[in-house]
Amino acid sequence: MAGQVATGSRSGLRSALPLLVPAYLWLTVAIFLPLSAMVFFSFMTELPLPGKAWSFTLDNYATFFSQPLYLTLLAASLRLGLEVTLWCIVIGYPAAYVLAKVFRGRSREAIFLLVILPFWSNGLVRIFSWAMVLREGGILDSALNAVLPFNINIDLMYSYPAVIIGLVHSYVPYMVLTCYLTLQAIDDSLIEAGRSLGASRLQMLKRVIIPLSMPGLVAGAALIFVPVVGSFMEPRILGGRTGTFYGTVIEDQFVAVFNWPLGAALSFILLAVVLVILALASPVLKRAA
Amino acid sequence: MAGVQVANLSRSFGAHTALDDVSIDFADGGFYALLGPSGSGKTTLLRQIAGFDFPDSGRIAIGGESVERVPVEKRRIGMVFQNYALFPNMSVADNVAFGLSVRGEAKATIQSEVQRALDLVQLGKLGARRPHQLSGGQRQRVALARAIVTKPRVLLLDEPLGALDKALRVDMQIELKRIQREIGITTIFVTHDQEEALTMSDRIGILRDGRLVQEGPPEEIYDRPKSEFAATFLGDANILRGETTGTGIRLPDGTAIAAGAGATLAGGATASCAVRPERIRIGTDSGTSDPNANMLRGQVSKRIFAGNNSTYFVDRNGQTIKVTVQNTGVEKLAEGQKVVLRWSPESTVLIAAS
Ligand SMILES: Nc1ncnc2c1ncn2[C@@H]1O[C@H](COP(=O)(O)OP(=O)(O)OP(=O)(O)O)[C@@H](O)[C@H]1O
Ligand SMILES: [Mg+2]
Repeated sequence: MAGQVATGSRSGLRSALPLLVPAYLWLTVAIFLPLSAMVFFSFMTELPLPGKAWSFTLDNYATFFSQPLYLTLLAASLRLGLEVTLWCIVIGYPAAYVLAKVFRGRSREAIFLLVILPFWSNGLVRIFSWAMVLREGGILDSALNAVLPFNINIDLMYSYPAVIIGLVHSYVPYMVLTCYLTLQAIDDSLIEAGRSLGASRLQMLKRVIIPLSMPGLVAGAALIFVPVVGSFMEPRILGGRTGTFYGTVIEDQFVAVFNWPLGAALSFILLAVVLVILALASPVLKRAA
Repeated sequence: MAGVQVANLSRSFGAHTALDDVSIDFADGGFYALLGPSGSGKTTLLRQIAGFDFPDSGRIAIGGESVERVPVEKRRIGMVFQNYALFPNMSVADNVAFGLSVRGEAKATIQSEVQRALDLVQLGKLGARRPHQLSGGQRQRVALARAIVTKPRVLLLDEPLGALDKALRVDMQIELKRIQREIGITTIFVTHDQEEALTMSDRIGILRDGRLVQEGPPEEIYDRPKSEFAATFLGDANILRGETTGTGIRLPDGTAIAAGAGATLAGGATASCAVRPERIRIGTDSGTSDPNANMLRGQVSKRIFAGNNSTYFVDRNGQTIKVTVQNTGVEKLAEGQKVVLRWSPESTVLIAAS
């Protein structure tokens, strides 16, 4: 997909350059400057506050490798990212398919709104409302007990599943949106052509629809996986004591322990790992698409 | 191969009746054109036969087997779409192989069948290309190869040449006809191009507002249209209206027009006569001619030159009659000239008022 952009003529590219200036200016100011400050911090012994002596060091990075806890947490976070991404595919892709290929007109707009509604609510409100649903004596627990003839005790609060539920809920709209866009671009006559050739719905899905919507799946997965690996809010609020992940440790360095240099170093290690994973995955995904 | 029988087929979308009691017998191995104005139900009829949509009532049989409730993937039909509908994620060869591979055919069989189908549409060397690397005509050939490689019982085409320019269109008409003959497949072809319908098909069905207006071989529909609509939709026709005399009509001014073809009607009712512009002789003299011929006088109001022929618009008592003459390079009639029109009763079709 990205390859098609490069086929534009050189003069076309040159005349488009001025259009890119605002975007690059914004990227420089909003991302590059703070990020370079963080790179700088990550090589310091102390925050450069008045009255404190500091020097350059590699200790912050060494800490990550000397204490196995960090590696364990990173692995847990990567697993969390993978699981949440998979759940988002499992839930988001069929929803996007139904939205793009089954619903028409008004009802499509209505359902679309429902899907992106979580986007518009405050992240904390979203998470705390899940807390109300998932805790013992909460909404899920009471509702199930009201319906079922026997007594059950559901307390998902402060557990790994709660973290997964909260994160999937926050991030599934990305998957729905990116998949919807690619699915909706698939001409209905392709599906009809396939069926007239004798393909079952499952065969159509496997051979035509999924391959053609792969760019949306990949984009959605990247949009979800990366922030989930570094997430801290959902794990902290919904996970309680089980919710210690790489992201929460980084957050701790910044807001609790006040060890910004270590927090920055841990962040960059995460960034490097994520970039390596995306780089390794991209040829495989490109072939699948 | 198999014939297709459609009987009393009806389909409505809400309050709109898209197909209204349509019955047609598509003969085994025949080439059938469905012709009609936009919105007349051609696509709807084709989709019922294909199985993309199901009728409210009526019967559809393919090869004698009733298929109304059989889903499209089980009907063993081949379909060609106006926009080609090739799978963009597959090579040309994989597109053609698709129908065989979803049936689980052996690799070697698939390969040889695909090559044969591609050779048949003269694209034997382009198997490795992607659809977007082909021209419009080539894509349509791939779509055709993909539709016939599975040896379907019928081939359904919905305006397959609609997106091509005129020259390519004529090439593809010949090509399509050749392939159809070669494999002898029952073919149902939707078009809104009357010339295409006339030149390609064994039989034509004309649809209007979801009803089958007339059905038969091209010559029959052209020479003996059963309605004013059929007469004017397929080719050009002059319509003269009056009171029927049983074997012709009397125009309001008393002139008798004799008809040698068409319906036989009881006298007195209103009726019309249709006559093709190329069947009328135009001249300035009033003498020497067949006494049985129909004759009208008028005045040339316009002449349109179209290369190999010219069309004169002749005004007679306020009605315009079109006359087409071959361009022999001899005579030319000026605008405003008084003329005499003559044509034989055999060229005149009597049509009951609808
Ligand atoms: N799915 C549908 N829902 C509602 N109305 C429909 C549907 N499909 C067809 N129609 C209506 O049925 C009528 C016949 O449509 P159809 O597509 O068969 O026409 P057509 O003869 O193929 O026309 P064209 O030459 O423009 O392709 C039209 O009035 C159309 O609006
Ligand atoms: Mg149509």
